[in-house]
Amino acid sequence: MKLRDYIDKIKPNFEEGGKFARFHSTFEAFETFLYTPNKVTTNGAHIRSHVDMKRSLIAVVFALIPCFLFGTWNIGYQHFLSLGQDVTFWQTVGYGLLKIIPLYLVSYIVGLVIEFTFAEIRHEEVNEGYFVTGFLIPLIMPVDVPLWMLAIAVAFAVIIGKEVFGGSGMNVVNPALLARAFLFFSYPSKMTGDSVWIAEKADAYSGATPLGTIFNGGTVNELPSLMDMFIGTIPGSVGETSKIAILIGGIFLIISGTASLRIIIATFAGAIAMSLMISDIPFYYHILMGGFMFGTIFMATDPVTAAQTNPGKWIYGFLIGAIAILIRVANPGYPEGMMLAILLMNVFAPLIDWCVVAVNVRKRKKRWAAAERSQK
Amino acid sequence: MSNNLKLITAPLRKANPVTVLILGICSALAVTAKLKPAIVMALSVTVVTALSNLVISLLRKGIPSKIRIIVQLIVVATLVILVDQFLKAFMYDVSKQLSVFVGLIITNCIVMGRLEAFAMSHRPWESFLDGIGNGLGYGSILVIVAFVRELFGSGTLLGYQVITQGLYDFGYVNNSLMILPPMALIIIGIIIWLQKSEEEK
Repeated sequence: MKLRDYIDKIKPNFEEGGKFARFHSTFEAFETFLYTPNKVTTNGAHIRSHVDMKRSLIAVVFALIPCFLFGTWNIGYQHFLSLGQDVTFWQTVGYGLLKIIPLYLVSYIVGLVIEFTFAEIRHEEVNEGYFVTGFLIPLIMPVDVPLWMLAIAVAFAVIIGKEVFGGSGMNVVNPALLARAFLFFSYPSKMTGDSVWIAEKADAYSGATPLGTIFNGGTVNELPSLMDMFIGTIPGSVGETSKIAILIGGIFLIISGTASLRIIIATFAGAIAMSLMISDIPFYYHILMGGFMFGTIFMATDPVTAAQTNPGKWIYGFLIGAIAILIRVANPGYPEGMMLAILLMNVFAPLIDWCVVAVNVRKRKKRWAAAERSQK
Repeated sequence: MSNNLKLITAPLRKANPVTVLILGICSALAVTAKLKPAIVMALSVTVVTALSNLVISLLRKGIPSKIRIIVQLIVVATLVILVDQFLKAFMYDVSKQLSVFVGLIITNCIVMGRLEAFAMSHRPWESFLDGIGNGLGYGSILVIVAFVRELFGSGTLLGYQVITQGLYDFGYVNNSLMILPPMALIIIGIIIWLQKSEEEK
Protein backbone atom coordinates (compact mmCIF):
# COMPACT_ATOMS: atom_id res chain seq x y z
CA MET A 1 0.00 0.00 0.00
CA LYS A 2 3.00 2.32 -0.31
CA LEU A 3 1.68 3.69 -3.60
CA ARG A 4 -1.76 4.33 -2.11
CA ASP A 5 -0.18 6.25 0.77
CA TYR A 6 1.90 8.32 -1.61
CA ILE A 7 -1.13 9.19 -3.71
CA ASP A 8 -3.09 10.20 -0.62
CA LYS A 9 -0.17 12.35 0.52
CA ILE A 10 0.11 14.34 -2.71
CA LYS A 11 -3.63 14.47 -3.31
CA PRO A 12 -4.31 17.80 -1.49
CA ASN A 13 -1.96 19.58 -3.91
CA PHE A 14 -4.38 18.83 -6.72
CA GLU A 15 -7.57 19.70 -4.87
CA GLU A 16 -9.28 23.08 -5.13
CA GLY A 17 -6.84 25.73 -3.94
CA GLY A 18 -3.84 23.41 -3.97
CA LYS A 19 -0.54 24.14 -5.69
CA PHE A 20 -1.35 22.13 -8.80
CA ALA A 21 -5.13 22.56 -8.88
CA ARG A 22 -4.81 23.24 -12.60
CA PHE A 23 -3.78 19.63 -13.15
CA HIS A 24 -6.63 18.14 -11.16
CA SER A 25 -7.99 16.21 -14.16
CA THR A 26 -4.61 14.70 -14.93
CA PHE A 27 -4.12 13.58 -11.33
CA GLU A 28 -7.60 12.18 -11.13
CA ALA A 29 -7.06 10.19 -14.33
CA PHE A 30 -3.95 8.49 -13.00
CA GLU A 31 -5.44 7.85 -9.57
CA THR A 32 -8.50 6.10 -10.93
CA PHE A 33 -6.34 4.25 -13.40
CA LEU A 34 -4.31 2.74 -10.58
CA TYR A 35 -7.11 2.17 -8.07
CA THR A 36 -10.81 1.55 -8.41
CA PRO A 37 -12.52 4.82 -7.48
CA ASN A 38 -14.24 4.60 -4.10
CA LYS A 39 -17.07 6.92 -5.08
CA VAL A 40 -20.53 6.08 -3.81
CA THR A 41 -23.79 7.65 -4.84
CA THR A 42 -25.11 10.09 -2.24
CA ASN A 43 -28.87 9.84 -2.76
CA GLY A 44 -31.36 7.37 -4.15
CA ALA A 45 -31.03 3.62 -4.24
CA HIS A 46 -28.43 3.21 -6.96
CA ILE A 47 -26.09 0.31 -7.29
CA ARG A 48 -22.72 1.02 -8.84
CA SER A 49 -21.08 -1.88 -10.61
CA HIS A 50 -17.40 -2.30 -9.84
CA VAL A 51 -16.93 -2.56 -13.61
CA ASP A 52 -16.70 1.15 -14.30
CA MET A 53 -15.86 2.64 -17.67
CA LYS A 54 -12.10 2.21 -17.25
CA ARG A 55 -12.50 -1.52 -16.63
CA SER A 56 -14.94 -2.17 -19.46
CA LEU A 57 -12.83 -0.24 -21.94
CA ILE A 58 -9.70 -2.08 -20.90
CA ALA A 59 -11.58 -5.26 -21.89
CA VAL A 60 -11.62 -4.00 -25.47
CA VAL A 61 -7.89 -3.35 -25.33
CA PHE A 62 -7.35 -6.92 -24.08
CA ALA A 63 -9.52 -8.22 -26.91
CA LEU A 64 -7.36 -6.35 -29.41
CA ILE A 65 -4.11 -7.86 -28.19
CA PRO A 66 -4.28 -10.97 -30.47
CA CYS A 67 -4.77 -8.68 -33.48
CA PHE A 68 -1.91 -6.50 -32.32
CA LEU A 69 0.46 -9.44 -31.87
CA PHE A 70 -0.42 -11.06 -35.16
CA GLY A 71 -0.31 -7.71 -36.95
CA THR A 72 3.19 -7.06 -35.63
CA TRP A 73 4.40 -10.43 -36.86
CA ASN A 74 2.63 -10.03 -40.21
CA ILE A 75 4.31 -6.66 -40.89
CA GLY A 76 7.68 -8.36 -40.69
CA TYR A 77 6.49 -11.47 -42.51
CA GLN A 78 5.11 -9.53 -45.49
CA HIS A 79 8.21 -7.34 -45.65
CA PHE A 80 10.68 -10.21 -45.79
CA LEU A 81 8.39 -12.21 -48.09
CA SER A 82 8.37 -9.39 -50.62
CA LEU A 83 12.17 -9.19 -50.46
CA GLY A 84 12.41 -12.95 -50.77
CA GLN A 85 14.57 -13.25 -47.65
CA ASP A 86 14.45 -16.13 -45.23
CA VAL A 87 14.66 -14.89 -41.64
CA THR A 88 14.06 -16.16 -38.14
CA PHE A 89 10.86 -15.64 -36.18
CA TRP A 90 12.45 -13.05 -33.90
CA GLN A 91 13.81 -11.02 -36.79
CA THR A 92 10.32 -10.94 -38.25
CA VAL A 93 8.77 -9.81 -34.98
CA GLY A 94 11.60 -7.33 -34.39
CA TYR A 95 11.01 -5.68 -37.74
CA GLY A 96 7.29 -5.55 -37.05
CA LEU A 97 7.85 -3.90 -33.66
CA LEU A 98 10.19 -1.38 -35.26
CA LYS A 99 7.36 -0.39 -37.60
CA ILE A 100 4.42 -0.50 -35.23
CA ILE A 101 5.86 1.20 -32.13
CA PRO A 102 6.22 4.63 -33.81
CA LEU A 103 2.58 4.39 -34.94
CA TYR A 104 1.49 3.73 -31.36
CA LEU A 105 3.69 6.49 -29.94
CA VAL A 106 2.22 9.05 -32.32
CA SER A 107 -1.33 7.83 -31.80
CA TYR A 108 -1.16 7.93 -28.01
CA ILE A 109 0.96 11.06 -27.53
CA VAL A 110 -1.08 13.25 -29.89
CA GLY A 111 -4.43 11.86 -28.76
CA LEU A 112 -3.75 11.96 -25.02
CA VAL A 113 -2.22 15.45 -25.09
CA ILE A 114 -5.41 16.72 -26.74
CA GLU A 115 -7.64 14.76 -24.35
CA PHE A 116 -5.86 16.00 -21.23
CA THR A 117 -5.76 19.59 -22.51
CA PHE A 118 -9.50 19.62 -23.15
CA ALA A 119 -10.25 17.99 -19.81
CA GLU A 120 -8.19 20.58 -17.93
CA ILE A 121 -9.78 23.50 -19.81
CA ARG A 122 -13.26 22.18 -19.12
CA HIS A 123 -12.49 21.05 -15.53
CA GLU A 124 -13.73 17.58 -16.33
CA GLU A 125 -12.35 14.17 -15.55
CA VAL A 126 -10.15 12.69 -18.23
CA ASN A 127 -12.08 9.96 -19.95
CA GLU A 128 -10.58 6.64 -20.85
CA GLY A 129 -12.23 6.52 -24.25
CA TYR A 130 -8.96 7.32 -25.89
CA PHE A 131 -7.25 4.19 -24.61
CA VAL A 132 -9.34 2.12 -26.98
CA THR A 133 -9.36 4.64 -29.82
CA GLY A 134 -5.61 5.06 -29.60
CA PHE A 135 -5.12 1.31 -29.63
CA LEU A 136 -7.44 0.86 -32.62
CA ILE A 137 -6.08 3.61 -34.85
CA PRO A 138 -2.69 2.01 -35.73
CA LEU A 139 -4.43 -1.33 -36.32
CA ILE A 140 -6.62 0.08 -39.10
CA MET A 141 -3.83 1.95 -40.90
CA PRO A 142 -1.59 0.76 -43.72
CA VAL A 143 1.77 0.09 -42.08
CA ASP A 144 3.63 2.66 -44.17
CA VAL A 145 1.42 5.63 -43.35
CA PRO A 146 3.68 8.68 -42.74
CA LEU A 147 3.72 9.63 -39.07
CA TRP A 148 2.86 13.30 -39.59
CA MET A 149 -0.27 12.26 -41.49
CA LEU A 150 -1.21 9.95 -38.64
CA ALA A 151 -0.72 12.81 -36.19
CA ILE A 152 -3.01 15.12 -38.18
CA ALA A 153 -5.64 12.41 -38.51
CA VAL A 154 -5.58 11.65 -34.79
CA ALA A 155 -5.89 15.35 -33.94
CA PHE A 156 -8.77 15.75 -36.40
CA ALA A 157 -10.59 12.68 -35.09
CA VAL A 158 -10.23 13.60 -31.42
CA ILE A 159 -11.09 17.29 -31.80
CA ILE A 160 -13.73 17.28 -34.55
CA GLY A 161 -15.03 13.76 -33.95
CA LYS A 162 -15.19 13.80 -30.17
CA GLU A 163 -14.31 16.91 -28.20
CA VAL A 164 -16.62 19.31 -30.04
CA PHE A 165 -19.52 17.02 -29.17
CA GLY A 166 -18.54 16.95 -25.49
CA GLY A 167 -15.89 14.24 -25.17
CA SER A 168 -16.03 10.49 -24.65
CA GLY A 169 -19.49 9.02 -24.80
CA MET A 170 -20.95 11.99 -26.63
CA ASN A 171 -19.43 11.36 -30.05
CA VAL A 172 -21.67 10.70 -33.02
CA VAL A 173 -19.21 8.66 -35.09
CA ASN A 174 -16.45 6.28 -34.10
CA PRO A 175 -13.31 8.43 -33.68
CA ALA A 176 -10.89 5.71 -34.80
CA LEU A 177 -12.80 5.22 -38.04
CA LEU A 178 -13.04 8.97 -38.48
CA ALA A 179 -9.25 9.16 -38.33
CA ARG A 180 -9.06 6.56 -41.06
CA ALA A 181 -11.75 8.23 -43.18
CA PHE A 182 -9.93 11.54 -42.83
CA LEU A 183 -6.71 10.05 -44.19
CA PHE A 184 -8.60 8.08 -46.82
CA PHE A 185 -10.06 11.23 -48.36
CA SER A 186 -7.13 13.55 -47.60
CA TYR A 187 -4.23 11.48 -48.83
CA PRO A 188 -5.65 8.70 -51.02
CA SER A 189 -2.24 7.90 -52.50
CA LYS A 190 -1.03 6.77 -49.06
CA MET A 191 -4.18 4.91 -48.09
CA THR A 192 -5.20 2.81 -51.09
CA GLY A 193 -3.57 1.04 -53.98
CA ASP A 194 -1.12 -1.82 -54.19
CA SER A 195 2.00 -0.27 -52.72
CA VAL A 196 0.99 0.88 -49.23
CA TRP A 197 0.21 -2.39 -47.49
CA ILE A 198 3.69 -3.85 -47.13
CA ALA A 199 6.48 -2.03 -45.29
CA GLU A 200 9.39 -1.13 -47.61
CA LYS A 201 8.13 -3.49 -50.27
CA ALA A 202 10.40 -4.66 -53.08
CA ASP A 203 9.28 -2.90 -56.28
CA ALA A 204 8.69 -6.00 -58.35
CA TYR A 205 6.50 -7.68 -55.75
CA SER A 206 2.74 -7.24 -56.07
CA GLY A 207 1.39 -5.95 -52.81
CA ALA A 208 -2.28 -6.02 -53.72
CA THR A 209 -4.74 -6.98 -51.00
CA PRO A 210 -7.36 -9.59 -51.92
CA LEU A 211 -9.93 -6.82 -51.98
CA GLY A 212 -7.75 -4.75 -54.30
CA THR A 213 -7.32 -7.70 -56.66
CA ILE A 214 -11.07 -8.22 -56.93
CA PHE A 215 -11.63 -4.47 -57.29
CA ASN A 216 -9.29 -4.33 -60.27
CA GLY A 217 -11.22 -7.04 -62.06
CA GLY A 218 -9.37 -10.07 -60.71
CA THR A 219 -11.08 -13.40 -60.20
CA VAL A 220 -11.30 -15.64 -57.17
CA ASN A 221 -8.56 -17.87 -58.60
CA GLU A 222 -5.99 -15.09 -58.27
CA LEU A 223 -6.64 -14.70 -54.56
CA PRO A 224 -4.62 -16.28 -51.76
CA SER A 225 -6.12 -19.51 -50.46
CA LEU A 226 -9.06 -19.27 -48.07
CA MET A 227 -6.83 -20.68 -45.35
CA ASP A 228 -4.25 -17.91 -45.81
CA MET A 229 -6.97 -15.29 -45.68
CA PHE A 230 -8.38 -16.87 -42.54
CA ILE A 231 -5.05 -17.11 -40.74
CA GLY A 232 -4.07 -13.68 -42.00
CA THR A 233 -0.79 -14.08 -43.87
CA ILE A 234 -1.93 -11.55 -46.49
CA PRO A 235 -1.22 -7.85 -47.03
CA GLY A 236 -3.67 -5.41 -45.48
CA SER A 237 -4.12 -2.87 -42.70
CA VAL A 238 -2.06 -3.81 -39.65
CA GLY A 239 -4.67 -5.52 -37.48
CA GLU A 240 -7.33 -6.59 -39.94
CA THR A 241 -5.69 -9.52 -41.71
CA SER A 242 -5.95 -12.37 -39.21
CA LYS A 243 -9.52 -13.58 -38.85
CA ILE A 244 -8.44 -16.02 -36.11
CA ALA A 245 -7.05 -13.23 -33.95
CA ILE A 246 -10.19 -11.17 -34.55
CA LEU A 247 -12.41 -14.11 -33.58
CA ILE A 248 -10.45 -14.71 -30.35
CA GLY A 249 -10.92 -11.05 -29.47
CA GLY A 250 -14.57 -11.20 -30.49
CA ILE A 251 -15.31 -14.19 -28.28
CA PHE A 252 -13.64 -12.44 -25.36
CA LEU A 253 -15.73 -9.31 -25.98
CA ILE A 254 -18.97 -11.28 -26.16
CA ILE A 255 -18.23 -13.27 -23.00
CA SER A 256 -17.23 -10.15 -21.08
CA GLY A 257 -20.47 -8.52 -22.23
CA THR A 258 -18.77 -5.56 -23.86
CA ALA A 259 -19.84 -6.16 -27.46
CA SER A 260 -23.39 -6.83 -28.59
CA LEU A 261 -23.85 -10.25 -30.14
CA ARG A 262 -27.00 -8.98 -31.89
CA ILE A 263 -25.04 -6.40 -33.87
CA ILE A 264 -22.39 -8.94 -34.85
CA ILE A 265 -24.92 -11.53 -36.07
CA ALA A 266 -26.97 -8.90 -37.87
CA THR A 267 -23.91 -7.49 -39.64
CA PHE A 268 -22.91 -10.95 -40.88
CA ALA A 269 -26.48 -11.59 -42.00
CA GLY A 270 -26.65 -8.31 -43.87
CA ALA A 271 -23.35 -8.94 -45.64
CA ILE A 272 -24.27 -12.51 -46.59
CA ALA A 273 -27.69 -11.50 -47.88
CA MET A 274 -26.33 -8.65 -49.95
CA SER A 275 -23.44 -10.62 -51.44
CA LEU A 276 -25.75 -13.50 -52.38
CA MET A 277 -27.91 -10.99 -54.20
CA ILE A 278 -25.45 -8.83 -56.12
CA SER A 279 -21.93 -10.23 -55.94
CA ASP A 280 -20.24 -12.51 -58.46
CA ILE A 281 -17.91 -14.08 -55.91
CA PRO A 282 -19.00 -16.39 -53.08
CA PHE A 283 -20.10 -14.65 -49.89
CA TYR A 284 -17.41 -16.20 -47.69
CA TYR A 285 -14.77 -14.34 -49.68
CA HIS A 286 -16.46 -11.07 -48.83
CA ILE A 287 -16.39 -11.97 -45.16
CA LEU A 288 -12.70 -12.90 -45.24
CA MET A 289 -11.58 -9.98 -47.40
CA GLY A 290 -10.60 -6.53 -46.22
CA GLY A 291 -11.72 -4.99 -42.98
CA PHE A 292 -15.15 -6.61 -42.75
CA MET A 293 -14.49 -8.87 -39.76
CA PHE A 294 -12.42 -6.32 -37.89
CA GLY A 295 -15.03 -3.63 -38.46
CA THR A 296 -17.86 -5.92 -37.39
CA ILE A 297 -16.29 -7.04 -34.12
CA PHE A 298 -14.50 -3.92 -32.96
CA MET A 299 -16.11 -0.94 -34.71
CA ALA A 300 -19.77 -1.66 -35.36
CA THR A 301 -20.24 -2.83 -31.77
CA ASP A 302 -18.85 0.35 -30.22
CA PRO A 303 -21.54 0.94 -27.57
CA VAL A 304 -21.40 4.73 -27.86
CA THR A 305 -22.08 5.03 -31.56
CA ALA A 306 -24.25 1.95 -32.16
CA ALA A 307 -28.02 1.74 -31.85
CA GLN A 308 -29.15 1.24 -28.23
CA THR A 309 -32.49 -0.57 -28.54
CA ASN A 310 -32.53 -4.29 -29.24
CA PRO A 311 -34.59 -4.19 -32.46
CA GLY A 312 -32.52 -1.16 -33.43
CA LYS A 313 -29.34 -3.19 -33.09
CA TRP A 314 -30.64 -5.77 -35.57
CA ILE A 315 -31.51 -3.08 -38.11
CA TYR A 316 -28.28 -1.18 -37.51
CA GLY A 317 -26.08 -4.24 -37.91
CA PHE A 318 -27.93 -5.61 -40.92
CA LEU A 319 -27.65 -2.31 -42.77
CA ILE A 320 -23.93 -2.03 -42.01
CA GLY A 321 -23.30 -5.44 -43.56
CA ALA A 322 -25.54 -4.82 -46.55
CA ILE A 323 -24.20 -1.33 -47.30
CA ALA A 324 -20.57 -2.46 -46.93
CA ILE A 325 -21.02 -5.13 -49.58
CA LEU A 326 -23.09 -2.79 -51.75
CA ILE A 327 -20.25 -0.25 -51.75
CA ARG A 328 -17.68 -2.96 -52.48
CA VAL A 329 -19.56 -4.33 -55.46
CA ALA A 330 -21.35 -1.37 -56.98
CA ASN A 331 -19.07 1.58 -56.35
CA PRO A 332 -16.34 2.32 -58.90
CA GLY A 333 -14.31 4.60 -56.61
CA TYR A 334 -13.13 2.69 -53.56
CA PRO A 335 -12.43 -1.00 -53.01
CA GLU A 336 -13.48 -1.09 -49.34
CA GLY A 337 -16.94 -0.20 -48.07
CA MET A 338 -16.85 -1.30 -44.45
CA MET A 339 -15.47 1.96 -43.06
CA LEU A 340 -17.99 4.10 -44.92
CA ALA A 341 -20.87 1.77 -44.07
CA ILE A 342 -20.14 1.94 -40.34
CA LEU A 343 -19.70 5.71 -40.37
CA LEU A 344 -22.95 6.13 -42.27
CA MET A 345 -24.89 3.92 -39.88
CA ASN A 346 -23.27 5.65 -36.86
CA VAL A 347 -24.97 8.80 -38.06
CA PHE A 348 -28.30 7.02 -38.49
CA ALA A 349 -28.21 5.01 -35.24
CA PRO A 350 -30.09 7.63 -33.16
CA LEU A 351 -32.79 7.83 -35.85
CA ILE A 352 -33.20 4.04 -35.83
CA ASP A 353 -33.57 4.12 -32.05
CA TRP A 354 -36.11 6.92 -32.28
CA CYS A 355 -38.20 4.92 -34.79
CA VAL A 356 -38.04 1.76 -32.66
CA VAL A 357 -39.26 3.66 -29.61
CA ALA A 358 -41.99 5.42 -31.61
CA VAL A 359 -43.26 2.10 -33.01
CA ASN A 360 -43.28 0.62 -29.54
CA VAL A 361 -45.20 3.57 -28.13
CA ARG A 362 -47.83 3.22 -30.83
CA LYS A 363 -48.16 -0.51 -30.26
CA ARG A 364 -48.69 -0.05 -26.55
CA LYS A 365 -51.19 2.74 -27.13
CA LYS A 366 -53.22 0.43 -29.36
CA ARG A 367 -53.07 -2.35 -26.81
CA TRP A 368 -54.13 0.02 -24.08
CA ALA A 369 -57.04 1.32 -26.16
CA ALA A 370 -58.17 -2.25 -26.85
CA ALA A 371 -58.02 -3.06 -23.14
CA GLU A 372 -60.05 0.05 -22.36
CA ARG A 373 -62.74 -0.97 -24.87
CA SER A 374 -63.01 -4.51 -23.56
CA GLN A 375 -63.55 -3.23 -20.03
CA LYS A 376 -66.53 -1.13 -21.06
CA MET B 1 -19.51 54.68 -32.01
CA SER B 2 -21.90 56.28 -34.43
CA ASN B 3 -24.92 54.33 -35.46
CA ASN B 4 -23.93 54.36 -39.09
CA LEU B 5 -20.56 52.82 -38.38
CA LYS B 6 -22.24 50.15 -36.30
CA LEU B 7 -24.30 49.17 -39.34
CA ILE B 8 -21.07 48.13 -41.02
CA THR B 9 -19.20 46.62 -38.07
CA ALA B 10 -22.01 44.60 -36.48
CA PRO B 11 -22.39 42.13 -39.38
CA LEU B 12 -18.65 41.49 -39.34
CA ARG B 13 -18.74 39.78 -35.95
CA LYS B 14 -21.77 39.97 -33.70
CA ALA B 15 -24.45 39.64 -36.36
CA ASN B 16 -22.42 37.88 -39.02
CA PRO B 17 -24.80 36.49 -41.65
CA VAL B 18 -22.82 33.25 -42.09
CA THR B 19 -21.62 32.33 -38.61
CA VAL B 20 -24.51 33.72 -36.54
CA LEU B 21 -27.52 33.67 -38.84
CA ILE B 22 -26.24 30.63 -40.82
CA LEU B 23 -27.27 32.16 -44.15
CA GLY B 24 -25.55 31.84 -47.51
CA ILE B 25 -23.92 28.53 -46.62
CA CYS B 26 -24.38 26.86 -50.03
CA SER B 27 -22.28 29.35 -51.92
CA ALA B 28 -19.76 29.39 -49.08
CA LEU B 29 -19.25 25.67 -49.74
CA ALA B 30 -19.19 25.95 -53.49
CA VAL B 31 -16.85 28.81 -54.30
CA THR B 32 -14.24 28.59 -51.55
CA ALA B 33 -11.90 25.93 -52.93
CA LYS B 34 -9.71 28.76 -54.28
CA LEU B 35 -9.10 32.24 -52.92
CA LYS B 36 -9.62 34.24 -56.11
CA PRO B 37 -13.19 33.14 -56.91
CA ALA B 38 -14.03 33.59 -53.24
CA ILE B 39 -12.87 37.21 -53.27
CA VAL B 40 -14.73 37.94 -56.50
CA MET B 41 -17.84 36.27 -55.09
CA ALA B 42 -17.55 38.27 -51.86
CA LEU B 43 -17.31 41.55 -53.81
CA SER B 44 -20.21 40.60 -56.08
CA VAL B 45 -22.46 39.82 -53.14
CA THR B 46 -21.43 43.04 -51.39
CA VAL B 47 -22.28 45.08 -54.47
CA VAL B 48 -25.62 43.34 -54.92
CA THR B 49 -26.71 43.63 -51.27
CA ALA B 50 -25.63 47.26 -51.00
CA LEU B 51 -27.28 48.41 -54.22
CA SER B 52 -30.45 46.37 -53.84
CA ASN B 53 -30.81 47.63 -50.28
CA LEU B 54 -30.43 51.18 -51.59
CA VAL B 55 -32.93 50.77 -54.42
CA ILE B 56 -35.55 49.00 -52.32
CA SER B 57 -35.15 51.54 -49.56
CA LEU B 58 -35.78 54.34 -52.05
CA LEU B 59 -38.87 52.55 -53.36
CA ARG B 60 -40.08 51.27 -49.99
CA LYS B 61 -42.97 53.72 -49.60
CA GLY B 62 -44.29 52.98 -53.09
CA ILE B 63 -44.18 49.19 -52.96
CA PRO B 64 -47.55 47.59 -52.17
CA SER B 65 -46.85 45.10 -49.43
CA LYS B 66 -48.70 42.28 -51.20
CA ILE B 67 -46.28 42.19 -54.13
CA ARG B 68 -43.14 43.33 -52.35
CA ILE B 69 -41.30 40.03 -52.78
CA ILE B 70 -41.74 40.17 -56.56
CA VAL B 71 -40.51 43.76 -56.66
CA GLN B 72 -37.49 42.87 -54.52
CA LEU B 73 -36.76 39.91 -56.74
CA ILE B 74 -36.81 42.01 -59.88
CA VAL B 75 -34.39 44.53 -58.38
CA VAL B 76 -32.04 41.80 -57.18
CA ALA B 77 -32.23 39.89 -60.46
CA THR B 78 -31.40 43.02 -62.45
CA LEU B 79 -28.36 43.73 -60.29
CA VAL B 80 -27.17 40.14 -60.43
CA ILE B 81 -27.41 40.11 -64.23
CA LEU B 82 -25.39 43.32 -64.33
CA VAL B 83 -22.72 41.82 -62.09
CA ASP B 84 -22.69 38.63 -64.12
CA GLN B 85 -22.27 40.51 -67.39
CA PHE B 86 -19.54 42.64 -65.86
CA LEU B 87 -17.62 39.55 -64.74
CA LYS B 88 -18.04 37.92 -68.14
CA ALA B 89 -16.71 41.02 -69.85
CA PHE B 90 -13.73 41.80 -67.64
CA MET B 91 -12.85 38.64 -65.67
CA TYR B 92 -13.86 35.83 -67.96
CA ASP B 93 -11.77 33.08 -66.33
CA VAL B 94 -13.11 33.78 -62.83
CA SER B 95 -16.62 34.06 -64.19
CA LYS B 96 -16.22 30.59 -65.67
CA GLN B 97 -15.03 29.18 -62.34
CA LEU B 98 -17.93 30.74 -60.48
CA SER B 99 -20.27 29.49 -63.21
CA VAL B 100 -23.80 29.24 -61.95
CA PHE B 101 -23.08 30.62 -58.50
CA VAL B 102 -23.09 34.25 -59.62
CA GLY B 103 -26.59 33.76 -60.96
CA LEU B 104 -27.55 32.07 -57.74
CA ILE B 105 -26.80 35.25 -55.76
CA ILE B 106 -30.47 35.95 -56.50
CA THR B 107 -31.41 33.12 -54.19
CA ASN B 108 -28.83 34.01 -51.56
CA CYS B 109 -30.80 34.32 -48.35
CA ILE B 110 -28.63 37.19 -47.15
CA VAL B 111 -29.78 39.49 -49.98
CA MET B 112 -33.51 38.88 -49.57
CA GLY B 113 -33.13 38.74 -45.80
CA ARG B 114 -31.61 42.21 -45.59
CA LEU B 115 -34.23 43.62 -47.94
CA GLU B 116 -37.07 42.27 -45.85
CA ALA B 117 -35.52 42.90 -42.45
CA PHE B 118 -33.81 46.20 -43.02
CA ALA B 119 -34.29 48.07 -46.29
CA MET B 120 -38.11 47.98 -46.16
CA SER B 121 -38.06 49.98 -42.93
CA HIS B 122 -34.96 52.17 -43.05
CA ARG B 123 -33.69 55.20 -44.93
CA PRO B 124 -31.59 54.78 -48.09
CA TRP B 125 -28.17 55.72 -46.72
CA GLU B 126 -28.51 53.44 -43.70
CA SER B 127 -29.76 50.61 -45.90
CA PHE B 128 -26.81 51.07 -48.22
CA LEU B 129 -24.38 50.83 -45.30
CA ASP B 130 -26.20 47.79 -43.93
CA GLY B 131 -25.85 46.13 -47.32
CA ILE B 132 -22.12 46.86 -47.41
CA GLY B 133 -21.71 45.53 -43.87
CA ASN B 134 -23.54 42.30 -44.52
CA GLY B 135 -21.76 41.74 -47.82
CA LEU B 136 -18.43 42.19 -46.09
CA GLY B 137 -19.47 39.96 -43.18
CA TYR B 138 -20.34 37.23 -45.66
CA GLY B 139 -17.20 37.93 -47.67
CA SER B 140 -14.88 37.83 -44.68
CA ILE B 141 -15.95 34.28 -43.84
CA LEU B 142 -15.66 33.27 -47.48
CA VAL B 143 -12.12 34.61 -47.67
CA ILE B 144 -11.04 32.93 -44.41
CA VAL B 145 -12.42 29.57 -45.55
CA ALA B 146 -10.94 29.91 -49.02
CA PHE B 147 -7.56 30.91 -47.56
CA VAL B 148 -7.36 27.75 -45.48
CA ARG B 149 -8.70 25.52 -48.23
CA GLU B 150 -6.42 26.81 -50.97
CA LEU B 151 -3.33 26.87 -48.75
CA PHE B 152 -3.66 23.30 -47.49
CA GLY B 153 -5.57 21.85 -50.43
CA SER B 154 -3.47 23.14 -53.30
CA GLY B 155 -0.43 24.66 -51.61
CA THR B 156 -1.09 27.97 -53.36
CA LEU B 157 -2.61 31.36 -52.57
CA LEU B 158 -4.29 33.34 -55.36
CA GLY B 159 -2.67 30.88 -57.72
CA TYR B 160 0.91 31.50 -56.53
CA GLN B 161 2.83 28.57 -55.07
CA VAL B 162 3.25 29.25 -51.36
CA ILE B 163 4.35 25.90 -49.99
CA THR B 164 7.86 25.40 -51.25
CA GLN B 165 9.15 22.48 -53.26
CA GLY B 166 11.50 21.63 -50.38
CA LEU B 167 8.58 20.74 -48.18
CA TYR B 168 7.13 18.45 -50.85
CA ASP B 169 10.51 16.75 -51.23
CA PHE B 170 10.44 16.22 -47.49
CA GLY B 171 7.26 14.18 -47.87
CA TYR B 172 4.52 16.78 -47.55
CA VAL B 173 1.37 16.05 -49.54
CA ASN B 174 -1.52 18.38 -50.32
CA ASN B 175 -4.69 17.50 -48.46
CA SER B 176 -7.36 16.48 -50.99
CA LEU B 177 -10.11 16.58 -48.39
CA MET B 178 -9.65 20.37 -48.28
CA ILE B 179 -10.78 20.57 -51.91
CA LEU B 180 -13.96 18.61 -51.20
CA PRO B 181 -17.04 20.60 -50.05
CA PRO B 182 -17.40 18.89 -46.61
CA MET B 183 -14.21 20.58 -45.43
CA ALA B 184 -15.74 24.03 -46.04
CA LEU B 185 -18.56 23.04 -43.73
CA ILE B 186 -16.10 21.85 -41.08
CA ILE B 187 -14.04 25.05 -41.33
CA ILE B 188 -17.16 27.21 -40.98
CA GLY B 189 -18.09 25.07 -37.99
CA ILE B 190 -14.70 25.71 -36.39
CA ILE B 191 -15.03 29.46 -37.01
CA ILE B 192 -18.45 29.44 -35.33
CA TRP B 193 -16.99 27.44 -32.42
CA LEU B 194 -14.14 29.94 -31.90
CA GLN B 195 -16.48 32.92 -32.21
CA LYS B 196 -19.01 31.49 -29.74
CA SER B 197 -16.45 30.54 -27.13
CA GLU B 198 -14.90 34.00 -27.37
CA GLU B 199 -18.27 35.68 -26.92
CA GLU B 200 -18.95 33.59 -23.84
CA LYS B 201 -15.95 35.08 -22.07
